[in-house]
Amino acid sequence: MAIRTAITRRITSSSSGSILFNSRSMSSWWGNVQPAPKDPILGVTEAFLADPSPDKVNVGVGAYRDDNGKPVVLDCVREAERRIAGNLNMEYLPMGGSNKMVEETLKLAYGENSDLIKDKRIAAIQALSGTGACRIFADFQKRFSPVSQIYIPVPTWSNHHNIWRDANVPQRTFHYYHPESKGLDFALLMDDVKNAPNGSFFLLHACAHNPTGVDPTVEQWKEISYQFKVKGHFAFFDMAYQGFASGDPERDAKSIRIFLEDGHLIGCSQSYAKNMGLYGQRVGCLSLVCEDEKQAVAVKSQLQQLARPMYSNPPVHGALIVSTILSDPDLKQLWLKEVKGMADRIIGMRTSLRENIEKLGSPLSWEHITNQIGMFCYSGMTPEQVDRLTKEFHIYMTRNGRISMAGVTSGNVEYLAKAIHEVTKAA
Amino acid sequence: MSDHSTSVFAQIARAPEDPILGVTVAYNKDSDPSKLNLGVGAYRTEEGKPLVLNVVRQAEQKLVNDPSRVKEYLPIVGLADFNKCSAKLIFGADSPAIQENIVATVQCLSGTGSLRVGGEFLAKHYYEKTVYIPSPTWGNHPKIFTLAGLSVKTYRYYDPATRGLDFQGLLEDLGNAPTGAIVLLHACAHNPTGVDPTLDQWDQIRKLMRSKGLLPFFDSAYQGFASGSLDADAQSIRMFVADGGECFAAQSYAKNMGLYAERVGALSIVCKTADVASRVESQLKLVIRPMYSNPPLHGASIVATILKDSNLYNEWTVELKAMADRIISMRKQLLEALQARGTPGDWTHIIKQIGMFTFTGLNAEQVAFMTREYHIYMTSDGRISMAGLSSKTVPHLADAMHAAVTGVA
Repeated sequence: MAIRTAITRRITSSSSGSILFNSRSMSSWWGNVQPAPKDPILGVTEAFLADPSPDKVNVGVGAYRDDNGKPVVLDCVREAERRIAGNLNMEYLPMGGSNKMVEETLKLAYGENSDLIKDKRIAAIQALSGTGACRIFADFQKRFSPVSQIYIPVPTWSNHHNIWRDANVPQRTFHYYHPESKGLDFALLMDDVKNAPNGSFFLLHACAHNPTGVDPTVEQWKEISYQFKVKGHFAFFDMAYQGFASGDPERDAKSIRIFLEDGHLIGCSQSYAKNMGLYGQRVGCLSLVCEDEKQAVAVKSQLQQLARPMYSNPPVHGALIVSTILSDPDLKQLWLKEVKGMADRIIGMRTSLRENIEKLGSPLSWEHITNQIGMFCYSGMTPEQVDRLTKEFHIYMTRNGRISMAGVTSGNVEYLAKAIHEVTKAA
Repeated sequence: MSDHSTSVFAQIARAPEDPILGVTVAYNKDSDPSKLNLGVGAYRTEEGKPLVLNVVRQAEQKLVNDPSRVKEYLPIVGLADFNKCSAKLIFGADSPAIQENIVATVQCLSGTGSLRVGGEFLAKHYYEKTVYIPSPTWGNHPKIFTLAGLSVKTYRYYDPATRGLDFQGLLEDLGNAPTGAIVLLHACAHNPTGVDPTLDQWDQIRKLMRSKGLLPFFDSAYQGFASGSLDADAQSIRMFVADGGECFAAQSYAKNMGLYAERVGALSIVCKTADVASRVESQLKLVIRPMYSNPPLHGASIVATILKDSNLYNEWTVELKAMADRIISMRKQLLEALQARGTPGDWTHIIKQIGMFTFTGLNAEQVAFMTREYHIYMTSDGRISMAGLSSKTVPHLADAMHAAVTGVA
């Protein structure tokens, strides 16, 4: 009200002279807009790029690097791009995206011979990578289960909180990480599952939990799935690292397959950002398992209704790369080989980092480095220790102590180990 | 197998087809050889084929052949070169607003994405939550702003009696809008009517809006496509920027660079000072991050490659003018065809309207008739995409329109 009065006063008190001067003399509508805090993850890379030190190491954002610290474009991707460049027109995709790409993508998550796919029981759309898939799901959840909340693990990828917040879905948390063991707090996790009201919505990381790298074992997943059945909970899987965790996409989808065997009607977000190195292309998929084909058609149509006022239809380029690769047996084999190569390099760096720190005589246990899986290691370092790493050693990572193993190379692993030892030895 | 537990979404009803994109779905199902798709606004050549511009092909080759190119995440605000070039394109290379650094520009997913991000920013940071949209407007506009968290009202725009602008109605409705209300303006080639204000009328609109403190939000989806001149089609926006006031501009490269499916666009917010622009940009990131984290790389790289290279840029302006000229020619041919058939009514609005669409004035029954009997696919509001016509198909459309006008009330 006060603003409106002030503006009206400003407008009416000006002379009947030129409108030109009125506009220039008015102050901004955005004068009260505060500078936003930097994104905790993406802000790290910005700071890294600005650092002139030759020793600097970026183990912040989860983007894969080869052993020379260079970003990688997979050979299968380059080949796919060569094939598609200049050949096709750029007409709008349907709102639900590329059907071919979605079909291939569902096979990865649900299995080549999935009955659910055969019976057309999965409502699925192409999405803007994992973020976009989660956001459309969150908007869908808000619209069609308006009184529901989302249970989010502690900790989780920081953007999960932003996504469900902007979708106006209230958030609750469930226990996940166990700081003392730097592993899974299975007991408290199960308590939270049991204590949540029946029919609650849970966000689960299918594999390679971000940021901790801590995954339930197969047995634990089976127990979680069983308890979900008892409680009638809804499971939404965020699968951003299929293939990247163990090197075997089938193995990395095990959690999802367990839930499907138990008859759960799950939701799933899939991303090709890491496992195909298509980060900037924003390619992913959102799927929801339904009771039958008719329901899947209805649900898909509603997902499209959410996409239309957000971006109308998704970008074609990345989707073409994915479908070109996955529908060509040779390219697909090449991809599987390259994904395994990336996963193996990371597993190798985990071993190397742990050995190097232990070699320096650290009093602490570092076995979590090799116990954890996927792109990230939850080191257990405090924000203060992380700040020291950055200030004294020009090592960039997020302040929750998460190390992106993809940024570790045989060239920097010793330096990294030394720095970590320095800031933690007195702990 | 396992039991099918009841879905939490069991009650969900199937959504109706999108009125615009649904037209193409219906068209694709039709097997009649004379079928004509005049629905979605995607350009077609004389041969009825989609067109990839030569400059786009050249830019793509450059990108594919550059081994140093990677596919890393773009920053949240998108490709920096792309943002700079886009701002210059819409505001003018010599725009003082750009020189003074008072423009915050972020790459978004085409026009839709730019409008949505702008709308969500406004819902979070602006004190007035109502946006006025012209009547009629692109069907997706109200949905975008509603989902962004704003409430939507309309202002009079199209006059069915003249098939032109209801200027008095427009001025009255904007004059009655609350101080500070957001006003959506089509920068040129109004969709769906093709009816644009004259420059003089734009100036009057500007003066009225500034006197009431109304916030202009321009949707520029057809720069260069309407008249054939990039600068002429940006005059409305530049007029508003020149008076020193603030405004929003959503840009799309879907039509004018034929990059439809790559989803390339930009949102620019012209602010009072560089400091404000910088803070605004930081807040735009918080809108984008939970939506899709960062924008897609490919299309923006193509645009930046073209806009930065003066040869490619010049070639582009030539290709753009050719597209605009072909559409203008289709307008003339359709009018002549209707006049030749003695179709009752005044059809001169076909050549007075501008851009990709003609608002024929046909009603929903007449449209349904044309679809049934003549396999003409178009939106039920009577809008036809001129870009979907060719010299060969104009007669078929004229026949259909003649039959509809004389046979169907």
